[in-house]
Formats: sequence, C-alpha cells, structure tokens
Amino acid sequence: MAPAVVLLAVFFAGPVVWSVLLSFTDASLTGSAAAQTSFVGLDNFARLLQDPAVWNAVVLTVVFVLGSAVVGQNGLGLALALMLRGRGTAVRSLVTLPVMAAYVVPEIVAAFVWYAFLNPEGTLNTALTSVGLPGQSWLFTLPVLAVVLANIWRGTAFSMLIYLAALSQVPSDVDEQAQIDGASGWKRLRFVTIPMIRRAIGTNLVLITLQTLQVFTLIFVMTAGGPGDASETLPLLMYEQAFQYAALGYGTAIALVLLAIGAVFSLGYIRAIGKEDI
Amino acid sequence: MAAAASTAPGTGATTPPARPPAPTVASPRRRASGVLVTAVLVVVAVAFAVPLLWLLLAALDPGATLQLSLPDDPGLENFAAVLTVGTTVRPLLNSLVLCLSASVLTVLAATLAAYPLSRYQLRYGRPFLYTILFATGLPLTAVMVPVYSLFARADLVDTRYGTVLFLAATSLPIAIWLTKSFMDGVPVQLEEAAWTDGASAMQSLRSVVAPLMLPGMLVVGIFTFITAWGNFFVPFVLLLSEDKLPAAVTIYQFFGQYGAAAYGQLAAYSLLYTLPVVVLYAVVSRWLGGSFTLGGGVKG
Repeated sequence: MAPAVVLLAVFFAGPVVWSVLLSFTDASLTGSAAAQTSFVGLDNFARLLQDPAVWNAVVLTVVFVLGSAVVGQNGLGLALALMLRGRGTAVRSLVTLPVMAAYVVPEIVAAFVWYAFLNPEGTLNTALTSVGLPGQSWLFTLPVLAVVLANIWRGTAFSMLIYLAALSQVPSDVDEQAQIDGASGWKRLRFVTIPMIRRAIGTNLVLITLQTLQVFTLIFVMTAGGPGDASETLPLLMYEQAFQYAALGYGTAIALVLLAIGAVFSLGYIRAIGKEDI
Repeated sequence: MAAAASTAPGTGATTPPARPPAPTVASPRRRASGVLVTAVLVVVAVAFAVPLLWLLLAALDPGATLQLSLPDDPGLENFAAVLTVGTTVRPLLNSLVLCLSASVLTVLAATLAAYPLSRYQLRYGRPFLYTILFATGLPLTAVMVPVYSLFARADLVDTRYGTVLFLAATSLPIAIWLTKSFMDGVPVQLEEAAWTDGASAMQSLRSVVAPLMLPGMLVVGIFTFITAWGNFFVPFVLLLSEDKLPAAVTIYQFFGQYGAAAYGQLAAYSLLYTLPVVVLYAVVSRWLGGSFTLGGGVKG
C-alpha cells in the first residue's frame, strides 16, 4: 500500500494542497515576483471576482457543459440507446461502430478532424452549399457551437454505453404490462422506462459533467479560446493566465475555482454510486 | 470512466443479447415507426462517420484538401513523408516509453494498494476508498498549474521520470478502484490454503492472487496506457526539450507548422498516432466479451 500512498500524496494531494497555498501568493513565472514570491492574502480572489474575463469564462464553461454534456451527450446517448433497443445486430453495429470510433480517437485527433470538418473549405460547408445553403467560417462565427458539437461527437459513446447497460437490466414485464394497459410509447418511456434508469441517468450526468468541465485540448486546438475570448472556458483562461501571462498565482486561483466546482460534482458522484459499492 | 468501478471480471462484463423485437400485433403504425427509427439511426451513424472518414481518405490522398473527397490518385506518399525519425518515429517511441513506464508503475502500485483493501478489514479502508473515489472525479486540468510550479521548484520540469511519476499518480485512483474490484472477484479460500502452508501476505499476493488476476491487471494497465497516450496537456506543460516530447505534443507542433497546408500528412500522422489506441481497445473489448462497457458499474 505504501508506494501508492506515497505517489498519491506527492503527486496528487501535493499539487492540490500546493494550489491552495499558491493561490494566496503573487507567484509568477518571470519578473521580480518569480524570485521573491510573497503572500498576498485574498488579493487573487478579490481580483477574480472583479475580472470580467473570469465571469466570461464561467458563463462559457456553464454553456459548454450544459450544451455538450448535459443536453448533447446525455440526450443523444439516451436517445441512441433507446432507439437501439430491439434493433437487429446489423443496425446496432452500424451505429455503435462510428459512435465508438469517435470516442476511441485521441482528443487531439478529434480536434483536428473537427477543425477540418468546420473549416471554411471543409466538408460541412461543401455539403451546405451543395444543397443551396450558405456556408460560413464556423470556428470564427460560432466558436462555442463548434466546440460543443465536437465534444458531443467525441463523448456521446460514453453515455450511450451507460444507457445501453442500464436498459439491458430493465425487466421487460413492467413495460409489457403498461403496454397491455394501453399506455402509449411516450407514456411508457416517461413513466416506466426513465424512472427505472433514474440512477444511471444521475451517475452519467455527474460523470460527463466532470469530464467536460476539464476539457482543454479540444478547445485549445480548435479555437484556442478565440476569436478574442469568445470560447475561452475556465481551463483555457487558467492556462493563458499562468503560462502566457506568467501569473502563476492568479492562474492557480482560477484553477482552484475549477477544482472547487469539480469537487462539488465529485461529492455528488460519491453519493450517487459510492454507497453500495464500497 | 470512473463508472467502470465495480465491474467484476467475468460476471457483469457481458451484456445480455439484444431482445428480439416484441412479437406483438404487427400493426402498420408500429412498422412505420420502426422504419423511421432506423432511418434516424442511419442519419446519426453517417453524421458520426463523416468527420472520421475525412481522416482516412485524406491520409491516402497526396493532394488532400479539407473536404471529404475520394482521392484521385490514392497512395502512401503522406505516410512516407511523415515517417521520419524526427517527425514521428522518435515522438512515438517517446510516447511508448512514457506510457509504458506509467502503466507498469500504476499497475504495481495499484495491486499493492488493492490487496489490503480487498482482503483485510482496515480501520482506514473505507475513508481511503472514499478519498480515492473522490480523487477520480477531480478535474486534473486544474492541477496542472500548481504541478508545474511544484515541478519547477523540485527541478522536475522537462524530466521523463517526473512526467512518468505524475502520469502514474493521476491514473492511480481509478486503477486502485478497478484493481480492488477485480481482486474482490478472486476467491479468498486459495490464499487461506497458502497461509496455512505458511506463506506471508506478500508471498500469497505474488504467487496466488497475482497470477489469477493477471487479466484484470492487464486491463488496468491497458486502460492507463490508453489514457496516458491520448494525454496532451500533461506532457505539453511538463516536458520542454524536443527529443523528449511524445507524439501527442509533436503532432500539435506539426499542426501548427504544416497543419494549414499539408492536410494529407497531418491526417497520416494522426492515423499513425491513433492506431495503437484502436488496437488496444479492440484487444480489450474482445477480451471482455465484446463489451468493454465503461458503465458496467452502473445499476439501473
């Protein structure tokens, strides 16, 4: 047990504790503050609250998580799992293969693929103009939509797998009984199936929220947070402050906000699945 | 990914076969809605496939553009162009060294940690497991700034072993969690026999438990490897010198330098970089009975 505890303490807990300490300093990569770091109390956090860039990033992060994870991946994943029930093997493989492939591909390759797909000369614009619709420079005009779509594409497989597993454990007799009682398809979905996979939905939502909160590479490669700060979510703002503006202390304070949001969701996650499994 | 948590090997891993369509009254409305659902599914499948298809076709097209098109004159020129030591070979080898070291370290540490957690009633067992579970959920992106500052103080920036240790530590929580659930599936009677014969805990772990859960350990190792292989942010922040950079970072540099012109080469590089991950996924999913379901631990 010792090696694991040491590794975790030094390289996992260490940075977390360090980030709390660091966020109270004016630590910097360059300049006088780099040599002589001093304690600045709550200055970073006071600055944080007044910084419009931070609020912009918080709003964008919420939009990104809601749009790509909660609505996009979760909704599409559930819809796919429901539609795949009772389909033949051929249809199942036809759908799961590309959806899984998008999930297996490394994040940076997914970013390249979507950079190409949404480029002004890319496939989407060619397809749109061929049916008479106007194309546009998606990554510039609608950067948030672009990264949201890319992240839905990349992550839907996870939700789909969770819901396929959950649905396979739902006993069919209840559904059949409801059918005999004359409940329509929508009603059975709403009042029978969904309540029975409620726990899976909860767990999935927490997990994909946690994964989506920390997405960096996809956005960094596709838009680099731009144009301007139009798609600059918290991880990108943190990176920019810490490494491009060399403000390590302030960057860490932003990281701490992200960490705190993640911690809240992580606690929710333990509540959701921990109790039975330990 | 953390939901994989409580998949017991061999038991919950396989999903039951798809239920055949309910043999109810084949009303025309039902059949029509079935066709509609299949049509929607096909559209979704195509939408997911098209962006990836570009990658495959562009890699084989020396004159590739950004749009999906069949190569006029397909060939392997793009692969030949990027298959040089500096562009792909050394970065891929760097990736291999980093990820393999991290995986081995993770599996060893996780097995040692999981053994007492699985076998003994530890006073601090439950809180430790809760902490581990909590750690699997923390956004790792957020710790990269403090990690860099810690590494800078400890002179670990731009060292391979520092990066390996960090990659191993960050994959440990999920690895311990998975290994413990695999180990819970190994019957304790065999060890009791070993203990009666005078074996120590360490001996019985090495010669009784470890061989039995080798498949589980391999799955954890492969899982760690895949995660580390795809990780861009960690080596991007922690490694600096050209000759140490893994493919995840050099492919980004390649994109910056040639990405706006040599699309075919970028696609070829991407495929070379993606291939190992696809192979490993295929191996693991075949192994676990066709459903490497990350959601195996979820109870509906």
